[in-house]
Amino acid sequence: MEATYNYKVVRQFAIMTIVWGIVGMLVGVILAAQLIWPTMTEALGPLAPYLSYGRIRPLHTNAVIFAFGGSALFATSLYVVQRTCQTRVLSDGLASFVFWGWQLVILLAAITLPMGFTSSKEYAELEWPIDILIAVVWVAYGVLFFGTIMKRKTQHIYVANWFFGAYIVTIALLHIVNSAELPVTLTKSYSAYAGVHDAMVQWWYGHNAVGFFLTTAFLGMMYYFIPKQAGRPIFSYRLSIVHFWALNFIYMWAGPHHLMYTALPDWAQSLGMVFSLMLLAPSWGGMMNGIMTLSGAWHKLRTDPILKFLITAMSFYGMSTFEGPMMSVKTVNALSHYTEWTIGHVHSGALGWVAMISIGSLYHLIPRLFGREEMFSVKLINTHFWMSTIGVVLYIVALWIAGVAQGLMWRATNSDGTLTYSFAQSVNAMYPFYTIRLIGGALFFAGMLLMAYNVWKTIAAGKAVNDARIPQAVAA
Amino acid sequence: MDILYLLIPLSLVFVAIIAIVFLWAVKSGQFEDMEGPAHRILMDDESPSPASKILSSEQQNDISPR
Repeated sequence: MEATYNYKVVRQFAIMTIVWGIVGMLVGVILAAQLIWPTMTEALGPLAPYLSYGRIRPLHTNAVIFAFGGSALFATSLYVVQRTCQTRVLSDGLASFVFWGWQLVILLAAITLPMGFTSSKEYAELEWPIDILIAVVWVAYGVLFFGTIMKRKTQHIYVANWFFGAYIVTIALLHIVNSAELPVTLTKSYSAYAGVHDAMVQWWYGHNAVGFFLTTAFLGMMYYFIPKQAGRPIFSYRLSIVHFWALNFIYMWAGPHHLMYTALPDWAQSLGMVFSLMLLAPSWGGMMNGIMTLSGAWHKLRTDPILKFLITAMSFYGMSTFEGPMMSVKTVNALSHYTEWTIGHVHSGALGWVAMISIGSLYHLIPRLFGREEMFSVKLINTHFWMSTIGVVLYIVALWIAGVAQGLMWRATNSDGTLTYSFAQSVNAMYPFYTIRLIGGALFFAGMLLMAYNVWKTIAAGKAVNDARIPQAVAA
Repeated sequence: MDILYLLIPLSLVFVAIIAIVFLWAVKSGQFEDMEGPAHRILMDDESPSPASKILSSEQQNDISPR
């Protein structure tokens, strides 16, 4: 039989990326609406507790990060590693196990979080039995990915695989250390760490989840799909290697910036701030590398909406990796911490960078996976692009203003030292911005529905296809 | 901050692993060619629909490993 790539697992994850993207973002829109109308879900009677803000907020974060972002990463990493190593995945059975195992994790999360089962650790809320399942699936994924690299037909390991590899190893380590807990019952456990120690471990995990899950891994996506879509080699391959190693050595130490002005020792806070500032250099190096790939072919941006998605994603990556270090400066953090600004920053990264690079990569991938020349409608991709971009801009600008206003109101004092505003007054001031944010979020969500329609029409347009052949004549 | 007795050694172990992988990559010649790999991914043939493609016998000989 002719040697082929395993596209089945890539197709499965690609489709689920869109499904979970829609689900996760819908929950986000509901949450945004709840901030404006806090009692809106009470009309549901006995169902109301399952949709209360505190329960579905972790559902939203887990769904968009691990279900949507995770599926996008599984799909692209398994596609890129096969194509650049010119070999089929290590094992088809293992690939199926990773797919179904991950879907089971997501399903269990979608059931347990609304029921109120939580370890209360941010971005690691799932209870211990699910934590164990995640660890098992993740190790299987690691074996699958590195096993495929080991049996590669090419001598060189393409830079995108380095980024994917670093993310797989780091997430395994972070997840296992942070989720160390003492089970009491099947649905309740206590963290192995206590107090400020627990906080430090949590944000060592939390920040590196952002660093390696939401940055390093999506950079792997960027280093493959931008050159492919632009039809040009990456601006500087040498810079991509420097980008990789610099990011890896620096990222690990930035976690304490989430704990400014807490019980964490001052020196640890300052260390976190200094490393966060240093991160600006590799981050911007990488951003330039991605964007400059188009140097000499800028005209492609006018006609190719997929490239628009990818390059706009890079711009948001640049913006949020500038904003992040700035917010970790202690004096700025004194104003920004605990305000809406943080939420705006997260979404500038999550929607602008992570979602847009994933959407662009999927639009590149879907026709190739299903044996089509191109997407059903390029015009709809363009519409989707503008909906997403306007949605993100509305969202983050509203929350910038909201955050700064909130921070200033909290710290304002009268001449006799009493607070100028009560907390409720600062909440009241948020309403207009919450409304703009809801509109922005809803627009981004509607764009995902458009994408689902476009993808469905693309796939339904013809018969199923076999997996792509592996080229046999390989240049050494 | 007893937790640092766990986190710092853990991070150092991690940095050591990164250093080992880096040295391996340098020694095994991964970074010898800083131009070719960037071009090679573009030369990858991605026939969109291999199922519908009927190969001539000549083409089949081309892709056969023998």
